[in-house]
Amino acid sequence: MGAALKMAKLPAVAPAAAVAERSLLRFLTCGSVDDGKSTLIGRLLYETGSVFEDQMEALTRDSARFGTTGKDLDFALLVDGLSAEREQGITIDVAYRYFSTPRRSFIAADTPGHEQYTRNMATGASTADVAIVLVDARKGLLPQTRRHSYIVSMLGVRRVIVAINKMDLVGYRQEVFDAIVRDYTALVPELGFAEVHLIPLSARNGDCITGPSSAMPWYQGPALLNVLETIGTEARDDAVFRLPVQWVNRPNLDFRGFSGTVASGSLSTGEAVTVLPRGRQTTVTGILGPDGDQKTARAGEAVTLTFADEVDVSRGDVIVRAGHVANGQRVIAARLLAMTDTPITPGRGYLVKIGTSLASARLVSLDHAIDVHTYARQPAENLPMNAIGLATLRFETDVIATSYADCAVLGSLLLIDPFTNEAAALGIVEAVDGEKPAEQSSTSTALARIGAALMSAGLLSPRSDETAVLRDLTGRMGNAALTGLLIGVIAGAPGAGVIGLAADLVLRPLVQMGLAAVWRAIDARRRGRADITISLDGGGI
Amino acid sequence: MTSRGHLKALEAESIFILREVVATCEKPVLLYSIGKDSAVLLHLAMKAFAPGKLPFPLMHVDTTWKFREMVSFRDETVKRLGLDLIVHVNEEGVKAGVNPIASGSAVHTDVMKTQGLKQALDKYGFDAAFGGARRDEEKSRAKERIFSLRSADHRWDPKAQRPEPWALFNTRKRKGESFRVFPLSNWTETDVWDYIALENIPVVPLYFAKPRPVVYRNGALIMRDDERLPLHPGETVHMKTVRFRTLGCYPLTGAVESTAATLDDIIAEMRASRASERQGRVIDHDGASSMELKKQEGYF
Repeated sequence: MGAALKMAKLPAVAPAAAVAERSLLRFLTCGSVDDGKSTLIGRLLYETGSVFEDQMEALTRDSARFGTTGKDLDFALLVDGLSAEREQGITIDVAYRYFSTPRRSFIAADTPGHEQYTRNMATGASTADVAIVLVDARKGLLPQTRRHSYIVSMLGVRRVIVAINKMDLVGYRQEVFDAIVRDYTALVPELGFAEVHLIPLSARNGDCITGPSSAMPWYQGPALLNVLETIGTEARDDAVFRLPVQWVNRPNLDFRGFSGTVASGSLSTGEAVTVLPRGRQTTVTGILGPDGDQKTARAGEAVTLTFADEVDVSRGDVIVRAGHVANGQRVIAARLLAMTDTPITPGRGYLVKIGTSLASARLVSLDHAIDVHTYARQPAENLPMNAIGLATLRFETDVIATSYADCAVLGSLLLIDPFTNEAAALGIVEAVDGEKPAEQSSTSTALARIGAALMSAGLLSPRSDETAVLRDLTGRMGNAALTGLLIGVIAGAPGAGVIGLAADLVLRPLVQMGLAAVWRAIDARRRGRADITISLDGGGI
Repeated sequence: MTSRGHLKALEAESIFILREVVATCEKPVLLYSIGKDSAVLLHLAMKAFAPGKLPFPLMHVDTTWKFREMVSFRDETVKRLGLDLIVHVNEEGVKAGVNPIASGSAVHTDVMKTQGLKQALDKYGFDAAFGGARRDEEKSRAKERIFSLRSADHRWDPKAQRPEPWALFNTRKRKGESFRVFPLSNWTETDVWDYIALENIPVVPLYFAKPRPVVYRNGALIMRDDERLPLHPGETVHMKTVRFRTLGCYPLTGAVESTAATLDDIIAEMRASRASERQGRVIDHDGASSMELKKQEGYF
């Protein structure tokens, strides 16, 4: 293969129908060093006609100078844009690349494989709909494959494509593919993925990238680009309206508006709202959007609200629909990924950014760290760089947070070192605790929230294999009387209403006993999840 | 054609970024370079802070070698929208006689753009500067953060970039440090033109084809915008129907032969094109990593 390859051209203008339908998919490539992530993205750019002629000329020049592929084009050099990366032939930082086919637009995050740069991989995963996990066919699953799979799962990516790359170097043999399929399939139940596609390919030679490969007639499934064009995306909108206030817009005496991007749900003018955490109520008189006044504000829109009353609202407050009761939190359980040389240590103070709020917090305790090789929980004194663990954070002031499963915007956080200003960890909220109930109904809503967290964590769903988890939990609590009740909930809970009600009844003692047991249970769900589609796409066992 | 839904999502993301800066930084400025990306950035900023005026000034670091049509478009835009504009020229560079023809593109760009920008940021004490750069423009830009931290000397350290997960921007910085902020990071060239068409955003007429006086030099069509461009022996000025895909200092910006005289024509031409946008920029070609080096030194 040489530089004289034919360019795959796109039609100059997509048909009108395709325009209306075409959606956006954000994905990342991850996996161990040298599994071929950058080469794969470079190949996708090339095959979709996204590489311009002058860039091809530069690629030909650079391949001769820095390339690792002999006389062939080194597609990784299309993506590895930093000189240190080109010199060393590795990816250090996440790169975002943009390409499209008539069916879809793509934002691809090419992330580094080295453990040292795990934070950059996690950054790419945080906004992805789909992960492509690369596996070198010669090496099989490596520790980084497992680590990256865990991080992808932790950050809520539910659809995964396992690209078993470098098939050319193992003679395109089916048994190599099959063995890796078996190994990866064994990991999946612990990771809670909803959809897993396994594809044998060669990024360097272009096998199974855009169509079937004559080198692998035994593989009958779709090629990578076909899966990328058709894989589902999840709309994570739970319909609860939440708007974290970003900025107060007071250009003159006649206008006072509150700007922000709607995190979830929708709201219309005339509706009553509550401003959290202080709980003041008012009515929405206007919604100013990018195109002027609008009637309704929907998730993802950047708007400015005006209110009927002169309520006190500032950055970090969260506007919700009146009647949606939620309290400020003082304590949360967060799963953290440590990102700096200074370990995350219990007892230390941090600044925590959640949504638009920045609040002081103390890391009260580390519940456990995760062994990325076995996914086992272990006691830990601190979290060194790239380690993952569950921590308890206590805020100095009330903060509005939700579980990550409920709302990604108010359930994701940065832990900032107040001395260096570096982000010491990124994290997701796993449980919140209304520690300081202010209203009479708050105890039950706090409990309902925990019930919801359990539900979203997959714990309160009617699955027999999770019964064991709950039995284990209640056993820990040493409260045999609860066991029957809990199992009753599992067996007979058809809808959220029942569970919400049951949560109030059942979980009250849980809260009184502290949240540690709940957190352990949430963590245990990783072993219990089973609603997975593993698509071998006709290619394997 | 980028779908309207995608453009509106990009718009919302950019507005969020613009607001995040105003809410967390003390003295922002919008670096206005007059081109199409600046036009989109300015349009988004007007939306982000409506119904009020922009809560920050625009600044143009003028190398004194911009196309005349760019300067008149700049002044019209400022007047039409009632904006506060700072024009900064590196007077030391002018006194030293630095220019793109005698000094060469590398020295001219360093002195008049990079050093000029640093002077201006220091002079006014801006702690956050918006720029219209996009990640699809160039390989080292593809690696850059939306909030890109610069040292007190304005240097970029590509090996120590802050992680930027979700839309959680870490806007903390030490005294003297500043941010370059790129609200258009996730836009592509196609998105920019489709949005200009969707929103009817005025752009410099140089983007549209018309007969212009050009000389053919070093493989590029250079427009002779004024008498300062000396003609080499044997060179003649031709009237050719050309347009520009990007705009910079006129002796360093190559024109393309084209008859695309409307937005629709431009968009169709771009889709069919097999050359990248920055091909016409002489300054990018100084070496495989020339943009990265310039950025480390403080170039935008």
